[in-house]
Amino acid sequence: MANDSTTPQQFTEQASEIKPQMVTVEIEGKPFQVPAGVTLMKAMWYAGKEVLRGAGCLGGFCGACATYYRTKDDPKVKTCLACSMAVEEGMSFSFMPAFPARKAIYNLPELKDPKQDLFELYPEAPLCRNCNACTEACPQKIDVREGVWKAVFGDFKAVSDMFMDCVMCGMCTPVCIADIAPNLVAVYASRAQGVHFTEKPEGLAKRIKKIADGDYQEDWDRVLKLSDEELQNTTASIT
Amino acid sequence: MDITAQQNLVHQTRDERRAIDFPKLSPAERDALIKKYHPDHRGHAYRSIKFGPNAGDSTVMEVATLLEGDSPIPADFNLTPEYSVDVLVVGGGGAGCAAALHAHAAGSNVLLATKLRLGDSNSVMAQGGMQIAVAPDDSPVQHFLDTLKGGHMKNDHDLLKTMVEEGPSIAQWLLELGVLFDRQADGNLHVKKGGGSSKARLLTCSDYTGLEIMRVLKDEVLNQKVPLLEFGAVIELLSDGAGTCTGAVLQDLDNKRHIVVAAKTVILATGGIGRLHIQGFPTSNHYGATGDALVLAYRMGVPLVQIDTFQYHPSGGVYPEQLVGALVTEGIRSEGGHLVNAHGERFVNELDTRDVVSSSIIRECEEGRGVRTASGRVGVWLDTPLLDVEHGPGTLDKHFPAMVRQYERYGVDIRKDPVLIYPTLHYQNGGVKIDVKGETPVGNLFVAGEASGGLHGRNRLMGNSLLDLMVFGKRTGLTAAERAKSLSQGKLTLTHVEQFREEAQRHQVSSELTSPMVLPAYTRHVS
Ligand SMILES: Cc1cc2nc3c(=O)[nH]c(=O)nc-3n(C[C@H](O)[C@H](O)[C@H](O)COP(=O)(O)OP(=O)(O)OC[C@H]3O[C@@H](n4cnc5c(N)ncnc54)[C@H](O)[C@@H]3O)c2cc1C
Ligand code: SF4
Ligand code: SF4
Ligand code: FES
Repeated sequence: MANDSTTPQQFTEQASEIKPQMVTVEIEGKPFQVPAGVTLMKAMWYAGKEVLRGAGCLGGFCGACATYYRTKDDPKVKTCLACSMAVEEGMSFSFMPAFPARKAIYNLPELKDPKQDLFELYPEAPLCRNCNACTEACPQKIDVREGVWKAVFGDFKAVSDMFMDCVMCGMCTPVCIADIAPNLVAVYASRAQGVHFTEKPEGLAKRIKKIADGDYQEDWDRVLKLSDEELQNTTASIT
Repeated sequence: MDITAQQNLVHQTRDERRAIDFPKLSPAERDALIKKYHPDHRGHAYRSIKFGPNAGDSTVMEVATLLEGDSPIPADFNLTPEYSVDVLVVGGGGAGCAAALHAHAAGSNVLLATKLRLGDSNSVMAQGGMQIAVAPDDSPVQHFLDTLKGGHMKNDHDLLKTMVEEGPSIAQWLLELGVLFDRQADGNLHVKKGGGSSKARLLTCSDYTGLEIMRVLKDEVLNQKVPLLEFGAVIELLSDGAGTCTGAVLQDLDNKRHIVVAAKTVILATGGIGRLHIQGFPTSNHYGATGDALVLAYRMGVPLVQIDTFQYHPSGGVYPEQLVGALVTEGIRSEGGHLVNAHGERFVNELDTRDVVSSSIIRECEEGRGVRTASGRVGVWLDTPLLDVEHGPGTLDKHFPAMVRQYERYGVDIRKDPVLIYPTLHYQNGGVKIDVKGETPVGNLFVAGEASGGLHGRNRLMGNSLLDLMVFGKRTGLTAAERAKSLSQGKLTLTHVEQFREEAQRHQVSSELTSPMVLPAYTRHVS
């Protein structure tokens, strides 16, 4: 590597001035000593584990790091994103393996009645038994159960609002006793909302037409003729 | 002093600060500040590249070393292809998905190979929004000028003009796919003002713009059944021996097997370099942001442009420790959030360009006006509670739900307390040289998105990247598909690799290192 000070190792630990306090955690059932306060992801690296499946954006947006965890003496297994959660003494955790959920295939613009079509694409959706396990499993704290019902009742607008935070980690899916993949139902409903039930912005259409009609040509001709110095002066007033 | 005591100073000085208007710097002041404090001007972090198309040019050590690295593929490698396609798209971020969808729609036989899962990328993290000139008081020409100013006038005019002009039709395409951009009451697209822009021009999907776009694009890639190879990293390109690209060698990261792909055209959409941790900076980038396209294209003989300039986003997390390097959205500053030093003072106009703001934060910290955390890191305050004071309670909840959650996870309430920030390595301003079709000087090799260079000059303006991805993703996808129709598959050789090795030898470079890096080595060696 280029030089040692740039090896990324330093970013997986506490800043170096302070000797980190260590905690014991269990990763996939095996105890490891890791620095207190690091994320579960960094704890994996610290423990010497190669991470391939399980790491993605490292910023809490992609859902690759869906993880089950349990805190000391608590029987309840919870869910989190390993890149966005800190370790604590006695914690036990494992990545969630990829879950083979079924995604329906559709061509949105061609759908005639998307609210009805939902029942063909995802016939399991209306069979929700209200167990609420999906909501409890959601690390983004989305009311997933409610979202499934909103979709079934055709309130796609509500679904799209509720699932804007959904990182598609899929943790709501393995727990569903009705074999629903709530996040996939939500993506369908949100997209259908956009394609079929949302106003077309008039201003945008006008702007596209103006560009196509060459309405900006004069401005372009003027601007593209400018020397670098003139451009500098023209842009100097931009605030 | 503990963090809480230091935070109190921010609360105490809030009203005073609200009364002051902090002016933007004059061009001369900006230049002086940047020259003195911006990491792009730290000479000791730079060296010249020893050979290849950019021989003699200066770049950061981390990049130079990778560019001079050896190919992981031996000369006698068996090049029998396992796939034969019209268009190989490399990278499953925004640019890759846009390219694959357009090439597929144009009737091409496409393979989309990506290093992690589809969508695991920088694109999914974009929170701030996407610049498109749609507002009535705005125009593509104004967008052009703003970007030019942000880029210190060093932007490639043709690439830039192409991007701003095609912006509105990209917005249209995304709407047709079901992307839910924020709207005004009258149904028109809502626009926000971003740092360095003269007009409100940022299209947003609350503060999940990248996530929403990527959820939709991924879903569409799956709906269209575009053939997909996840955990498939491209580690070398193939050429016909006469300077044209004809395919690539991939590594299946699940089982380490090599896969040879014969492709009439190749589109590299592999994104940025954050995980190289240039100059020791933490980064906001995803796990796979290791600059692979730079290395792959360079070995093929493609020059890189403006490869000495990187964007250090002003607001990377500093505290809590778990958020070190993570991006704190610029939106906070756009909506009036102040930057405050350890003395409770503002020190820059928060809406100045990223390079100016970052330089000023580095100045404050280097001159002893930074705030130190218990773990020894240093930063300045971003006054988040000010937004609720300024625009009414609930503003943060409503406009920045992702950020509220980001901090809540670690017990920090940004509605009540300011957060500590320091610049984080965010974006590769330059990249692989392309023309307006997204094609490199090497025939049938295209590059789209952050991996390409020239458009953004020496400093990318906020929100321009998402647009760049879509415009050049689309252009490369369509051009490659069209091109492939009249092409027959060229032969597969490693001639360029042999030539590269010879050149390395001539320059007495014997690199122990093979590149591209593919993934950063974060795993601690426990012995
Ligand atoms: C936290 C964050 C916030 C941002 N916010 C904004 C914003 O608000 N507005 C804006 O305009 N821009 C923003 N940006 C910048 C913008 O998101 C990125 O520049 C952009 O997403 C890059 O897109 P891309 O498709 O070129 O690359 P990416 O989205 O990074 O995708 C690259 C893909 O290629 C894959 N890949 C890499 N190497 C290989 C290989 N060798 N083989 C196969 N696959 C490979 C990667 O795994 C990844 O899937 C932000 C960036 C970050 C990091
Ligand atoms: S709704 Fe499901 S997929 Fe989405 S974030 Fe919650 S658990 Fe993950
Ligand atoms: S887990 Fe399944 S059955 Fe239970 S509430 Fe959620 S969607 Fe309904
Ligand atoms: S790695 Fe993307 S959410 Fe954790």
